[in-house]
Amino acid sequence: MSAIEILGLEKTYQVGFWRKRPKVALRPLHLTVEEGEIFGFLGPNGAGKTTTLKLLMGLAFPTGGSARILGRDWTDPEVKAQIGFLPEQPYFYDHLTAHELLNYYAQLSGVPAKERSQRVQATLQKVGLTDIKGVQLRKFSKGMLQRIGIAQAILHDPKLVFFDEPMSGLDPMGRREVRDLMEQLKQEGKTVFFSTHILSDAEALCDHVAIIHKGELRGLGAIEDLTSSVQGKIELIWQGTHVPASIKALGAECHVSGEMVRAVLDEAKQDAAIDALRREHLRLIALTPVRTSLETYFMEKLRRAETTAGKAS
Amino acid sequence: MNSRIAFIASNTFREAVRDRVLYNLIGFALILSAAAILVGQISIEIEKLVVINLGLTAVSLFGIVIAIFIGIGLVSKEIEKRTLYTVLSRPVRRWEFIVGKFFGLTGTLVVNTFFMAIGVFAALFYVSHRFVPADALIFIALYFIILEFVIICALALLFSSFSTPLLSAVFAFSIFVIGSFADDLRGFAAMTHGFTRWLATGAAYLVPNFSAFNIVSSVAHEQPVAPHLILQNSLYALFYAATALSGAVIIFEYRNLK
Amino acid sequence: MKQRRQVSIIAGACLMVSLAASALLLHHLDQVRAQATLEEVLYINSPKVLKRLSLGYEGLLADIYWTRAVQYFGGRHHNDARSYGLLAPLLEITTALDPHLIVAYHFGASFLAPAPPGGAGEPDRAIQLMEYGIRNNPDDWKLYYDLGFVYYMNLKDYPKAAGAFARGAKVPNAHPILGVLAAQMAEHAGEYETARMLWTATYQNTQDRQIRQNAIEHLRGLRVDEDVTQLQKAVTRFGERTGRLPASMPELMAAEGLRGMPLDPMRHPYKLMPDGRIEVSDPDYLPFATKGFPPGYKPQPKFHYDEK
Repeated sequence: MSAIEILGLEKTYQVGFWRKRPKVALRPLHLTVEEGEIFGFLGPNGAGKTTTLKLLMGLAFPTGGSARILGRDWTDPEVKAQIGFLPEQPYFYDHLTAHELLNYYAQLSGVPAKERSQRVQATLQKVGLTDIKGVQLRKFSKGMLQRIGIAQAILHDPKLVFFDEPMSGLDPMGRREVRDLMEQLKQEGKTVFFSTHILSDAEALCDHVAIIHKGELRGLGAIEDLTSSVQGKIELIWQGTHVPASIKALGAECHVSGEMVRAVLDEAKQDAAIDALRREHLRLIALTPVRTSLETYFMEKLRRAETTAGKAS
Repeated sequence: MNSRIAFIASNTFREAVRDRVLYNLIGFALILSAAAILVGQISIEIEKLVVINLGLTAVSLFGIVIAIFIGIGLVSKEIEKRTLYTVLSRPVRRWEFIVGKFFGLTGTLVVNTFFMAIGVFAALFYVSHRFVPADALIFIALYFIILEFVIICALALLFSSFSTPLLSAVFAFSIFVIGSFADDLRGFAAMTHGFTRWLATGAAYLVPNFSAFNIVSSVAHEQPVAPHLILQNSLYALFYAATALSGAVIIFEYRNLK
Repeated sequence: MKQRRQVSIIAGACLMVSLAASALLLHHLDQVRAQATLEEVLYINSPKVLKRLSLGYEGLLADIYWTRAVQYFGGRHHNDARSYGLLAPLLEITTALDPHLIVAYHFGASFLAPAPPGGAGEPDRAIQLMEYGIRNNPDDWKLYYDLGFVYYMNLKDYPKAAGAFARGAKVPNAHPILGVLAAQMAEHAGEYETARMLWTATYQNTQDRQIRQNAIEHLRGLRVDEDVTQLQKAVTRFGERTGRLPASMPELMAAEGLRGMPLDPMRHPYKLMPDGRIEVSDPDYLPFATKGFPPGYKPQPKFHYDEK
């Protein structure tokens, strides 16, 4: 059973007061997320990530399509007991303390009374919030609020969690902690679906990613596949400052920095290049495949979309 | 289901109390004490009248203001601040949310009224130095005032479910004023003809009839209250609130949250 | 999606039922609390206090009280009430809140002074109300008219009536009838013609339905009185000529040299009774007539809105 199956969900808003013009927030989206994985939902701001999440949470209603979450229809209220949601820049009841708030959420999630305070305590520890007893939430910093947000999402031990921009508002240490937390959730067998526009986080964490732009899915796949060598290039590094003509002849791009030379050329020419170095008695330091970064893949997908859109209009 | 409604209600109550709503009691107590002391100096005969009139009117007005200002924020503020996101992502039905909020708000007002009632009776004792059986009528007046609150809370929730806080407050307050003159509106409707009559009568029946709940003057004059009036007012408040709440539930059910 | 529809249907049904129930309850409550709006008048019948309580919205409150006064009177009148104790306070409050609500003075002139069941039976308060109106609206000739009207119709004080009409005639743009009436008072006070002039003037000077209807009924009564008097005189003449009573109305008409049958203002024929008296066919429809009734009949002033 897949954790999430999005079957053509779409959302069009009617904008304007008198004459309503349609604004497409999400084109029909098809996506599957398997259990136990960390799935990244990437895109620039305003791409439709939050819209998708709102549709899945039942906060907004789609103009078309459907979805299944943990095998059930996404509108089934019982599904909610097994999922957790962290909205973007969350905001909570100002005048409650963290304990009261989490206790309230535990109540609503159906956590039995006996377990509640213990769960709350454990979760607060997990997100690294201690020493906040009796402090009202309006006194919390942004980072602390973000942790509370994460806490309420995992409080009831859900099988699937949705995070919308979980790193926002956190300092580098906080971000590291959240990344570790997400890894831990995965190890516990949970599925994590998170949206972000920070690619390095996605690269580090995700098993699969989807790229969305202007409401449309642009790219989808496993991280390794996307960032593997698409062009089939290798990088050679050798000691010295001399670039043999034979290597240049193979069509390599060479850079000299300090006492080393870096050359990038096609994988097929690999053996020829090594022979050339041996003939010149140059000392090979490293030979590595060139990996396309996720960022490159990302920008390319977006650019391609822009040009097709440009051609279309 | 029931427990979720209870949880939402108690959370609403707690938020209201922490939001220093109960501080209004201080203002109330001050006004009432000042009035009681002043009146004692002015005239011997009408002091009780003034205390009851002023006290009950203040209970009513303070309560209405609180009901409107907290009530309108109940839904629209939660949508704006997005506290609703984390609540609705849990197995809470949207209608449970509305009903829970309603009970929380009404509960807050009942508690508030309870404390105010103590104040009124204290002031009464201060000026009269004793209680007479007719003073029990004050309880009935307070009960009717609570019924008014029930209606206003339901209306505030209704407006809050689709409108911004400012507009909701304006609507709710306007309806309160019109509702206080509902009798006259129906009388006016009876005097018109044709389409105007139809329109006016419709409006007159749609607007909550607050004048029926206002027995402050008659209680001050120690006029008894007919038992069937108590029953009817209770039923009316119940049905009217149910109407407004049903409307709120339906609207909220279909609302796309921003 | 199914959930939403289910909830909406249940909530929708609940809404309909509750709305109907509350409307029904309200309707029922209305019957029970018919005089409810007027309770306040009982408790705060000092216009000054009310003015202060209205927090500056006197105009609106005046309109509300005016509406209540009209309904109070109309409703009770319809139910053949014997007393209208609250009419005077209601009108006094209305005019205290808005001294320029002229129609309230007209209403008082028509309905405060006459004795029940046609009015509240308080001519002195009516006079006070008119004088108050004149003080606050010294250039409105209609108020002097109303004052004179009350003196004439209800107090039968012809000199004072004349005085009021004369004062009014001096007001700029006064209707010429005031001068005429002032003169009329002097010589022809008790005559039908004068009364008819007054009621006609009252009818023409207002848009208010109740006042107009009242004026029409009075005019009809006058007409009947005149007709019966004339017909009775004809019967007497007939008797003097022939030594007996006329056998039927047609015979009487023939003797007078008139064609057709005499009809009352309601278009019913006058009846010639065996004892020579003239009677109206339907006395119930002519509440303000004083002649032509069967013996022992007491007129019941009542409005019949559905008739012309």
